[in-house]
Amino acid sequence: MSAEKPAGVWRSSLRLWRTRIGIALVLLLVGVAIVGPWVAKFSPSEFAGTPNTRHVPGTWLGTDYLGQDVVSRFLHGGRSILWMASVSTLLGFVFGAAIGLVAAYNRGRLDDVLMRGMDILLAFPQLLLALVALTTIGPEPWLIITIVAFTTMPRIARITRGATVPVVERDFIGAAEALGESRFRIITKELLPNVTGPLLVEANLRLTYSIATIAGLGFLGFATEVNAADWGQMVQENRTALTVAPWGTLLPAFAIALLTVGTGLIADGVSRTVAGVDRGRPDA
Amino acid sequence: MSGTMQSRENVALEIRGLRIDVAESGADIVDEVDLTIRRGEVLGLVGESGSGKTTIGLAVLGHARRGVAIHGGTVRIGDRDLNGLDAKELRSVRGKLVSYVPQDPGTALNPALRIGKQIMEVLETHGFGANQAEREARVVEVLSEVMLPGVPEFLRRYPHQLSGGQQQRVGLAMAFACRPAVIVLDEPTTGLDVSTQTHVLQTIRDLAARHGVAALYVTHDLAVVATLADQVAVMYAGRVVEQGSTADIFANPAHPYTRYLVAAAPEMDGDRQMVGLVGRAPSPGKRPVGCAFALRCELATEECVAEFPAVTDVGTDRPHQVRCVHAFGVPDRTALRVASTARVARESEVALSIRHVDAGYSGTNVVHDVSFDIQRGECVALVGESGSGKSTLSRSIGGLHREWTGEIVLDGTPLEKSSRNRPVAQRLSIQYVFQNPYSSLHPRRPVAESIARPLAIAGVDAREAAIEVDRMLERVSLGSAYGSRYPDQLSGGERQRVAIARALVSKPHMLICDEVTSALDVLVQAAIIELLVDLQRDLGLAMLFVTHNLPLVRSIAQRVAVMSDGKIVELGDTAQTLQHPQEEYTKRLLADTPVIPTFSND
Repeated sequence: MSAEKPAGVWRSSLRLWRTRIGIALVLLLVGVAIVGPWVAKFSPSEFAGTPNTRHVPGTWLGTDYLGQDVVSRFLHGGRSILWMASVSTLLGFVFGAAIGLVAAYNRGRLDDVLMRGMDILLAFPQLLLALVALTTIGPEPWLIITIVAFTTMPRIARITRGATVPVVERDFIGAAEALGESRFRIITKELLPNVTGPLLVEANLRLTYSIATIAGLGFLGFATEVNAADWGQMVQENRTALTVAPWGTLLPAFAIALLTVGTGLIADGVSRTVAGVDRGRPDA
Repeated sequence: MSGTMQSRENVALEIRGLRIDVAESGADIVDEVDLTIRRGEVLGLVGESGSGKTTIGLAVLGHARRGVAIHGGTVRIGDRDLNGLDAKELRSVRGKLVSYVPQDPGTALNPALRIGKQIMEVLETHGFGANQAEREARVVEVLSEVMLPGVPEFLRRYPHQLSGGQQQRVGLAMAFACRPAVIVLDEPTTGLDVSTQTHVLQTIRDLAARHGVAALYVTHDLAVVATLADQVAVMYAGRVVEQGSTADIFANPAHPYTRYLVAAAPEMDGDRQMVGLVGRAPSPGKRPVGCAFALRCELATEECVAEFPAVTDVGTDRPHQVRCVHAFGVPDRTALRVASTARVARESEVALSIRHVDAGYSGTNVVHDVSFDIQRGECVALVGESGSGKSTLSRSIGGLHREWTGEIVLDGTPLEKSSRNRPVAQRLSIQYVFQNPYSSLHPRRPVAESIARPLAIAGVDAREAAIEVDRMLERVSLGSAYGSRYPDQLSGGERQRVAIARALVSKPHMLICDEVTSALDVLVQAAIIELLVDLQRDLGLAMLFVTHNLPLVRSIAQRVAVMSDGKIVELGDTAQTLQHPQEEYTKRLLADTPVIPTFSND
């Protein structure tokens, strides 16, 4: 334990190199996604030269299957995946954490009802559910977000409940109850601040999975617009030309990989801090 | 040292100049430790938490915890120095030459292995006996040595099918199985009830004496040491500050710290208040060059701070070593004790009335038809062994436990079952202080905020509340500067003071203290009791003091209620009840409670 003001899990995890590298990777790709469209030479659907060509004058890494500039499409293609993954994870996180906290604090019947409900949701395979919904209703952004959020929620709820139960047993919760603090206040002010560590780990982990899922959906042809610049969709469109014009596939694939590695490293750094694996070894 | 000048023939364990460091920083956890234990002798190693006593216990097994390194010195068992052995040699020594009995038998035994198998494993590992039949015979024999039945039905049991006392006996059996020369016992009776503890201690003593085993008994409990040990070594901040025969240490302590310790131990039959001491021992890395106790010592002079005092032998006919330049200088602290119970005048107004209360868990009653009153300004101690229902009763009064029937009346108004249904004023007028100060404070909140919560609930505005919080922090001898600290930065005693401040800030009429000192060291415990007695007298509080520690009762309560199996078996004046118990159960409880015997002064 630190002798100063107890450093939060997040702050202590910043001492680990893996967290720092993870953050650097994520910032890099978020930067690309945000700044990209302004610095791109071409618009995403502008014709730049002969399709599937490695060396086209005026482009860095050649053209894709429709003769569009690979780099420009790459620079445009990060936004959709990033905002959809973030929003869906956030939604799943908020609802999941709320359900987990309420279940852990109330125990009894409410706990059973909530957690069995989560178990039922968990039973659906995420990707299959997404495919069914998307083929029936169509590839709408809100639908993708809802499905990913919905399948993220029960996992977060379980982790939250598991982390909260031992905190509920501690005496300061009893002290708050003896004072007659409201349930809402006990959940938000007494319980929540004491489970942030595991929640942070799980949120990062879920973000990693959400990115992969949404990229995967793009790859399977469920991008929200035909010919929209989207990393997942780019991999799918250009994979047949992998041997002649590899960058159309490799660039977005690398981007997705680095992004998930980044969030994964952050999750790992935070979880090591929570578990105390690196306690006392700040430069592990 | 005069100890070494005596015959070395019977020496089983000899520790010389032992130094153990924090591996990374090189800060000393223990240093300059010299201990000698003869065959068949029990050495009690006492000290508060963090004094390094467990570290020494483990070093006797050649073990250092992660991040800790044995830096120098010798740990000699027979003719082998454990500090020179490699990991493989140590493994062959442990369990055979020296063995260990840990604090919590529940976690030390493998829950998946049957008892017989577990003891057998120790024997097989060390190749005890010539064949399987001999080993099987030894299992039965060692079980009978620790007073457990060696019958097949017992050998086939799993640890969870045994009581806590039986589990600890199995732990002892495993330790004694290979007939080691030295055995280290690390507070092995801490989790046990007094009657079980007494029997386990008796067994340890008998076994050590009968088989000539040298026992190192690590504990913070002076009463246990006084009844069990032949020799006592007192540790403070990683050094042995005093060492001698049990009689010398208790009847004629030389080091100021030992004198404080003895004075802080609760006394069952003296009508005296125990004396505490505030402050805490410096931790490794923050220890001064000179005597570490100088910071808290009333006799401290420049000499003490300049360098650590050398060992002097103050014994007359037997060794009695002390590391203090002012040995015997502190006046006998026990003389400072003043009559306690007479200090609080009892008023005749009933504050809390408990009438025919039954309480339990999902239909099973653990409290049966309990009725008694607590007067304003009176402290009633509720004593009993674990499982007697005392905690359930106190939690029911505090509104933390809902499953009860009957009537609990506070200031003339019957209480609702759950604190949530009680009006604000009622909630604030009954306050609860929890057993474990490490879990009763919100870890991520400055203590001033924790203390201010009851006031916020009462609707006091923030500025007024802040003044009141500062006043309360002063009142519990912490000072307002503590307000901005986090529980992490406080010692156990300081945390408990914060918890008391939080309980008293709303000016309650009734205070429930649930084993509030059981997680604290003896000096801190005494200081907390002093504080509670003061506060209770000044504020005219009615108090219910729940404890399993009978000697403590004498120092704080006017009346005592003895609880067993959910019933109050005896209720009466404290002195009267402790000196002339009427009920069998109370008599037995008193007989089993270890007390520091009166040692004659010569």
